[in-house]
Amino acid sequence: MALVLNDEQRMVKDSADGFFAEHAPVSQLRKLRDSKDPDGFDRGLWAKMAEMGFAGVAIPEQFGGAGLGMVAAGLIQEAIGRNLTISPFLSSAILSATAIARGGTEEQKAALLPKMASAELIVALAADEAARHQPNQVATKAEASGNGFKLTGAKPFVLDGHVADKLIVAARTSGADTDVAGITLFLVDPKAAGVSVKRRWMVDSRNAAEVTLDGVQVDGADMLGGLGEGFAILEAALDAGRACLAAEMLGVSAQSFDVTVDYLKQREQFGVKIGSFQALQHRAAHLFCEVELARSVTLKALTALDAGDERAPFFVALAKAKAGDVCKLATNEAVQMHGGIGMTDEYDIGFYMKRARAAAETFGDGAFHGDRLALMLNY
Amino acid sequence: MDETPELAAFRAETRAWLEANCPEEMRQPVTGDSDVCWGGRKWKFKSEAQKLWLDRMAARGWTVPEWPKAYGGGGLSKDEAKILAAEMRRIKARPPLSSFGIWMLGPALLKYGNEAQKLEHLPRIARGEVRWCQGYSEPGAGSDLAALRTSAILDGDEFVVNGQKVWTSYADRADWIFCLVRTDPAAPKHLGISFLLFDMESPGVTTSPIKLISGYSPFCQTFFDNVRVPKANLVGEPGKGWDIAKYLLTHEREMIGGMDMGSTGRDSMHQMAKKAIGTSKSGKLKDGLLRADIVRHEINAYAFGLTMERVKDEAKAGQGVGALSSMLKYYGTELNKERQELLMSIGGSDSLTWEGEDKRDGDPARTWLRSRANSIEGGTSEVQLNIIAKRVLQLPGA
Ligand SMILES: Cc1cc2nc3c(=O)[nH]c(=O)nc-3n(C[C@H](O)[C@H](O)[C@H](O)COP(=O)(O)OP(=O)(O)OC[C@H]3O[C@@H](n4cnc5c(N)ncnc54)[C@H](O)[C@@H]3O)c2cc1C
Repeated sequence: MALVLNDEQRMVKDSADGFFAEHAPVSQLRKLRDSKDPDGFDRGLWAKMAEMGFAGVAIPEQFGGAGLGMVAAGLIQEAIGRNLTISPFLSSAILSATAIARGGTEEQKAALLPKMASAELIVALAADEAARHQPNQVATKAEASGNGFKLTGAKPFVLDGHVADKLIVAARTSGADTDVAGITLFLVDPKAAGVSVKRRWMVDSRNAAEVTLDGVQVDGADMLGGLGEGFAILEAALDAGRACLAAEMLGVSAQSFDVTVDYLKQREQFGVKIGSFQALQHRAAHLFCEVELARSVTLKALTALDAGDERAPFFVALAKAKAGDVCKLATNEAVQMHGGIGMTDEYDIGFYMKRARAAAETFGDGAFHGDRLALMLNY
Repeated sequence: MDETPELAAFRAETRAWLEANCPEEMRQPVTGDSDVCWGGRKWKFKSEAQKLWLDRMAARGWTVPEWPKAYGGGGLSKDEAKILAAEMRRIKARPPLSSFGIWMLGPALLKYGNEAQKLEHLPRIARGEVRWCQGYSEPGAGSDLAALRTSAILDGDEFVVNGQKVWTSYADRADWIFCLVRTDPAAPKHLGISFLLFDMESPGVTTSPIKLISGYSPFCQTFFDNVRVPKANLVGEPGKGWDIAKYLLTHEREMIGGMDMGSTGRDSMHQMAKKAIGTSKSGKLKDGLLRADIVRHEINAYAFGLTMERVKDEAKAGQGVGALSSMLKYYGTELNKERQELLMSIGGSDSLTWEGEDKRDGDPARTWLRSRANSIEGGTSEVQLNIIAKRVLQLPGA
């Protein structure tokens, strides 16, 4: 597989770049934040994203999606990163859609995926329990009860949890707290008795909620995938999400880099453009290389996922680790090279730094994925 | 795999041919410089297998797979060349021939040479008959290469060359030199330079080796005292040598940048670490901090390898490498230096051996020391960053 975009992917890229710059620029994020918008995102925009085919990009055509795959999804999320667009794209269209497409029965897929592709239904993934990502750490219990289960536990960081119409909950049906076996996924109605959802206000103004489950009754038919076999589905969903996060971080890096290089060409001190100072030139040139590396690993991860390559998890870990580190570097350097104005709330660059930090932490940072990579290489 | 039937057939043929023709000895890891075949009139083959492998590959044009057949190449397409490289990696075949002729002069001659020059020099490079050295740097012209002063004055049908080059790698073992000379002292700095080829056995050429901190003496001071060179040996137009020089440098930089990614293999670092340090019950390397350093390094090494691949794929799709060669040179050499530092740490006191009974020239300490030159030779890291800042980012001059 060549590491270049094909014609179809170029078209997706062009339309995504144009769409998000026009319909969801950074000013939208600022407005949502400043107005403390109850949804935390623009439902009109989400509907438009469905019309464009973005919401269904990773959903198979037979279930109402565009079936374009992960490279296309990544290109969309890269544009999201450049514009810091808020939407349930990652939580619903990528994470949850992947979990359902991978683990769902034909009935579940037919009932959920088309509505997700058309933005009528938002599904959120309630998996993480540890503050530092550790997906096998699941203490939430699912105890047999009637012809189903009773769920009890807490999920402190559920992306888009407060606007979700449905939750995918990872719970333990057997085994110890960190066992990989014994995790089962359930589809849960957030309005069911015993579910409480509390919105969290995050540094990057993205939407997340704390979900608590107190003896929530679910049916056997609400199980997503086999009993105790949820981890493989969860990992597939997480890897899709991580690869898309890498793409988003690439967009965040590239945009803050471009803005910074422009600033270096405009701002004058000592009677010259600050971009003529070699100390800054070398840091910018180094950053250019780092962004190029992030681009390569991201494209490789997405390509490997599309190809069903057995090494895909390796490349996803590589991409999430590298793009995360680059993204933090790019935004930190951006703020530094802007000087005082970079520290102001009025100027946008700070938003990029906040998102970089959050995206890098989400679903495993460089240390998490570095460890994962080393273990895959047997050391 | 999405390979066309033609390419699949090419792969099968290539695989079979390599299996039948690559001597077993040429599938062993390279342990030092003497395992690398540089060719040339003075070359002494290390073994019969080394010669056989070169002759067989050269007969197919596969020492320079993508060069046209008319000039001793294999006439392969980029896709075919990629397959050949992959199939060679598969059986761990050593490159049959390594040389400045292949990496640097060849591409420059293909682009700027006239037909007579191509026919004279390229096939001899391809067959490993002539070894070339690079006469760029001078005592007063390093990073500021265009400040070079070696002069070439036309006298009838010949140029008369006078001056001094320095850091000329393998000048004492090379047969010919591609040399930057000043043909017009009155012209502005970059415009008076020409690109000249001549035989190192010409009267008036002398070399004297310089010893490096690694103990090797790969490079020399090179002196020219009234060396007479036929006018026909000037490549391109007089005064236009700087363009050729820069074009050649982009090839040199890609080569240096990618140097360590293929042959030694990036997996070997953690494997060596496991052997030297051992793993705990969890399967993790015992030294947690060193493990973290190795992981960070390997993440960057993979990311860089994929970037090389992407840049090549883009070049194939017509998107040009250009100033990106500076990125590859800068990042690749910095990574290789880091790699050698880590290998030294992994080896501990074992890696400090300088001389001993089982001394090989691939010893870690010498390799580590040699690697420090990677970010100097072919244009320093700082110069590469300058080029990226100026050409790619178009930042203003100071
Ligand atoms: C092992 C080895 C093999 C070599 N082989 C060859 C060969 O075969 N043929 C050949 O012609 N040459 C060869 N060279 C020479 C090499 O190309 C030069 O050493 C190199 O270009 C640097 O020049 P210099 O040594 O004069 O250092 P200088 O140019 O004097 O540099 C000294 C320091 O100043 C920095 N510096 C200089 N200018 C700038 C600037 N504008 N901005 C920021 N920093 C700057 C440099 O980065 C460096 O850190 C070889 C060198 C080595 C080490």
